[in-house]
Formats: sequence, C-alpha cells, structure tokens
Amino acid sequence: MPQLFPQHAVHDESAPTLTLEHVSVRYGSTYALEDVSFTVNSGDQVAVVGPNGAGKSTLFNVITGIVKPSRGAVHIYGSGPEGHICVGYVPQRNRIDWRFPATVFDTVLMGRVGKIGLFRWPGRGDRAKVQKALEQVGMAEFAHRQIGELSGGQQQRVFLARALAQEAQLLLLDEPLTGLDAPSQQAILDILADLGREGVTMLIATHDLNQAAELFSLIMLLRRRVIAFGPPKEALTTQTLREAYGSHLHVIHAADADILLTDTCCSGGQPPVGQIIGHGSEEALPHYDVSHPDRQTRR
Amino acid sequence: MAALNWLVEPLSYGFMWRALLAAIMVGIICSVIGAYVILQGMAFFGDALAHIILPGIVFAFLLGWPLAVGALIAGVLAAVGIGALSQRGELREDTAIGIIFAGSFALGVAMLSTVDSYAVDLSHILFGDVLGASRSDLWITFGLGLLVLLTVFAFYKEFMVLAFDPTLAKVLRLPATFLRYLLLVLVAVTIVVSLQTVGVALVLAMLVTPAAAAQLLTRRLWTMMAVAAFIGAFSNVVGLYLSFYINIASGPAMVLVTTGIFVLVFLFAPERGLLWRAGRDRRKERMAG
Repeated sequence: MPQLFPQHAVHDESAPTLTLEHVSVRYGSTYALEDVSFTVNSGDQVAVVGPNGAGKSTLFNVITGIVKPSRGAVHIYGSGPEGHICVGYVPQRNRIDWRFPATVFDTVLMGRVGKIGLFRWPGRGDRAKVQKALEQVGMAEFAHRQIGELSGGQQQRVFLARALAQEAQLLLLDEPLTGLDAPSQQAILDILADLGREGVTMLIATHDLNQAAELFSLIMLLRRRVIAFGPPKEALTTQTLREAYGSHLHVIHAADADILLTDTCCSGGQPPVGQIIGHGSEEALPHYDVSHPDRQTRR
Repeated sequence: MAALNWLVEPLSYGFMWRALLAAIMVGIICSVIGAYVILQGMAFFGDALAHIILPGIVFAFLLGWPLAVGALIAGVLAAVGIGALSQRGELREDTAIGIIFAGSFALGVAMLSTVDSYAVDLSHILFGDVLGASRSDLWITFGLGLLVLLTVFAFYKEFMVLAFDPTLAKVLRLPATFLRYLLLVLVAVTIVVSLQTVGVALVLAMLVTPAAAAQLLTRRLWTMMAVAAFIGAFSNVVGLYLSFYINIASGPAMVLVTTGIFVLVFLFAPERGLLWRAGRDRRKERMAG
C-alpha cells in the first residue's frame, strides 16, 4: 500500500545506478523474467533487445517498481525502487490518448508533479526547468500546442523533455524510435547522444538490432534471462543470437559472410518485423525492413 | 422589454428561483467532474453508479432520512466495492459493474414498489424534480458541491497525471490507489447532488455531454473544465425556461439543450469540428489538384 505522503529515497552515490540481483517475475506458472542479474553504472547507455515477449516491458516495470519481483531484488543507487522519483520513463506512443487536453508545456510540467508534492502548485523554478527541458529537445516554440497537434517525432521529444524536467537520472525508453521516419529518428538519437554526454544513464528497449549495435555501447540480449550483456561485438554472436531468437532465426552462409535472418518484434503489438541482420563480416550488411515502408533503408 | 419580461416572469414564483439555483449549481459541479469522467473513460461507470445508489435513496425515503444521506452511503459503498472487485482481476470491470448495476437497480425499484405513491416517486427518482427543490435541498447541493470542487482543485495536478498517464503517476510515486478511490467517491457525491435535478436516468448526460463538447473547444484541462461548467450551467438554465414555457419535464429539457449544444460544437468547432475538417480536406485537395 503506497503511503499518502511517500518519503523520497536518499541516494547512495557510491552505489551503482542500477543493480538487479537474481530477479525473477512469475505470472501464474510462466516466468516473464528468470534469474536476471546485472549492474548498470552511471552514464551507461544500454540497448535492450530480444524477441517479442522476451520480457523487456516486464524488466522496465520491475525497475520502476510497478511490478514486484517474485524473487530477487532491484537496487537503484543502493535502495529499492519504491521511494525513488529519479526514474524517468518514455512510454510507447500508442499508450497515450493524444486527444487529452494538455499543451506541450502542461505535459512536460507533469514530470515535476512528484517533486512539487501534494497541495502545492508549480512555482517559478518548476516552470524554468520545464522551459529548459523544452529548449534542450528543441520544442520550446511548440510549448502552447496541444499534444495531439504534433508529429510522432515531436511527441516523442516532448516525453523526453518530461523526463528531463523530472530530473531523471535513470531513463527507461520503450521503443522510442518505432514508427518514426528517418529524420525524426535522427533527432531523437541526437538528443539521446547529448544526454549520454551529460552522464544520464539509460535503458532503451528496441527491436532494431542494427541500430542497437551501431549506436549504443552496451547491448543486453534478453529472452526471459539475460543471454548476453556487453559491447555489441561481444554480445551479438551467432551463438547468442541463436539462443535469443531460437526458431525465429535462420543462419544463411553467404559467400562473404554469415547472414542471420530473423523475426524480431516490438512489444507494442506491431506485426512481426522481417529483418536481415548482418554478422560475421566487418562491413554491416544493408538493413532491410519489410513492415515499415516509411522507414528508409539506412546507408 | 418583452424579452426581459420573458426572462423575469417565471422568477416571480419561489419554486422557479430555487430550481434555477439548483440547475446552475448542478450544471457546474457535474461538468467539472465530468471532465475526469470522460478523460478516464468512466462514462459507463458513472451511469451504473447512478442506478446503483437507488436502493440507498429508497431506503432513506422509507425511513424518512434526507435522500442524500442514503444515496451517499450506497454510492460510496458501490464505488469502493466496484474498485475492489475489478482490482482482483477475476472479472472484467464492465462485467462486474453490469452485475451490480442491474441487481442494485432492481432492488431499489422493488423496495419502492411497496409504497402507495409508487408511480410518482419513481418518475421523480428517474427523471428528477427540480421544481420541487426545497431550501434545505439547495443547501445540501451547495455544501457537497463546494466540497467536490475544492477537492478537485486541491488534487488538480495529481488527477491530471493519473488521467493522462497512469504509469507516470506510479513512477512519480503518487498515491495512485488513494486518488482512484477518491475520484470514484467524488463522482458518487456528484451524482447524488444531481438526482433532484435530473434524476437517475439522465444524470449521465450532465456528466458526459458538456465535458465532451468542451474537450472539442479547448486544449488545456482547466479551460476544458471552465468551458464545460459554463455549457452545463447555461443549458440547464435554458432547459428550465423551456420547460416552464412549453410545459415539458425539466430534466429532459435540460439534457436536450446540452445535447443540442454538443451537436453544434461537434459540427462547427474550429479545427476539430466535422465541417471544419471537411473544409480543410477540400482545401488540401484543391491545393494538391
């Protein structure tokens, strides 16, 4: 039972940003996560990849404290997630009612509600932080638009600004690039790179292995358990990918390299994405994505 | 001069004064809470709640208590009960509501049928009797209404987060469960204070319709509430005058005016109205062609 006036947790700055110890989550008799242990340090940017139903959403829910692990423990800066308001999250766009009567400014201000506290109104400091967050994602000029009047990429940037206004130190992003066109994806990626330079720790769920390997220094391959966690070159091998994607994965021995053909998917209920991922050669293979005709082939 | 007379003449009757005050207050309270009802997708719940409290009203009526007391007890019990039932996850929430809704309403009507003046009482409960509002009814409406509005004001930003993005509410460690129950209780109280005016069968229109029209006209929550309150109060006043002059039942008259306003807004609202969007499509075609 949450307290009416929750005490916010104090950070142990010497502890890692995020630690999971033997975390299992069970729904009935099936495991969504099984014996998951890992540590993420301050400033790490981790791409979380895995097939549909691999437990990416459950993993995020455990980290935010929305789902309690059946076994094991989650630590954020040394203590359980319940008291922390430093965990920001960027929801999948299809989870939001875009007709909601809120402007861009209102939406970003919502990130401050935890800090402001009950029975108080946002002050000048809160407004200044919202303004700064909007400038950081390049959305200041849209502050008075209703959120439904924005493009998909702009909406995603507003939610990033909301996490910034929240002063989140650990950011969870659920498929932030899904359904966006190439320039919008690039704009989001630029902002994430900026945040990375500022030392914001983040976990990004994605179904795009190429993008993950190319842009993030750490990759977590998830399928109920953590199959591999490390730099792309180490984490993504034929062996680990076969383990993660199982029967969805076909290995083709082409003349110049092994090609892995896989169905990956996102947890947002989109149709399976046919994707050819390259591995085993120095040059990345061209990216081919059948289910998103609007998404351009990269390179 | 004639128009002024038209407006003033009904007010020479004391019951019209009281009805007018009740109609305005109920219009405002319902529309403000109604904004949350539609944003949270609680329309069906609101309708059910109005029917569910019938046994409480009849019980109070039979015992000679103020009706609001019985209704309030039943409403709060039902709101908490439904919340608890659906949180268990064994039944879909709408199924649970449907069962309680129909059963409870049947119980209320059955209890009422033991009374001699059954037909008259039933019609007042179903469709309201604003012209019969007493001075003490007005005070109850005012007191409870003020309480509801103050609560909405106090928890404005928390309710907004909860309605917009429940996951954010949890991540920010807001007391989400408490807020959800609080909102259910506020809706129950609002329905109770509206029963005299529009009755069980039509209270849903007061909750949903002005707020829905206001959502098409505004882009922020507090302006949506303000515009909804204006539409609610305005249609109730117009409805009351209509009922006086063309001699139709007052509750349905108010609901018809609100519905009419909604249709106008739906057609003509700038940016989001049906005609506006059709016109924009045509302009686009012309530009493209």
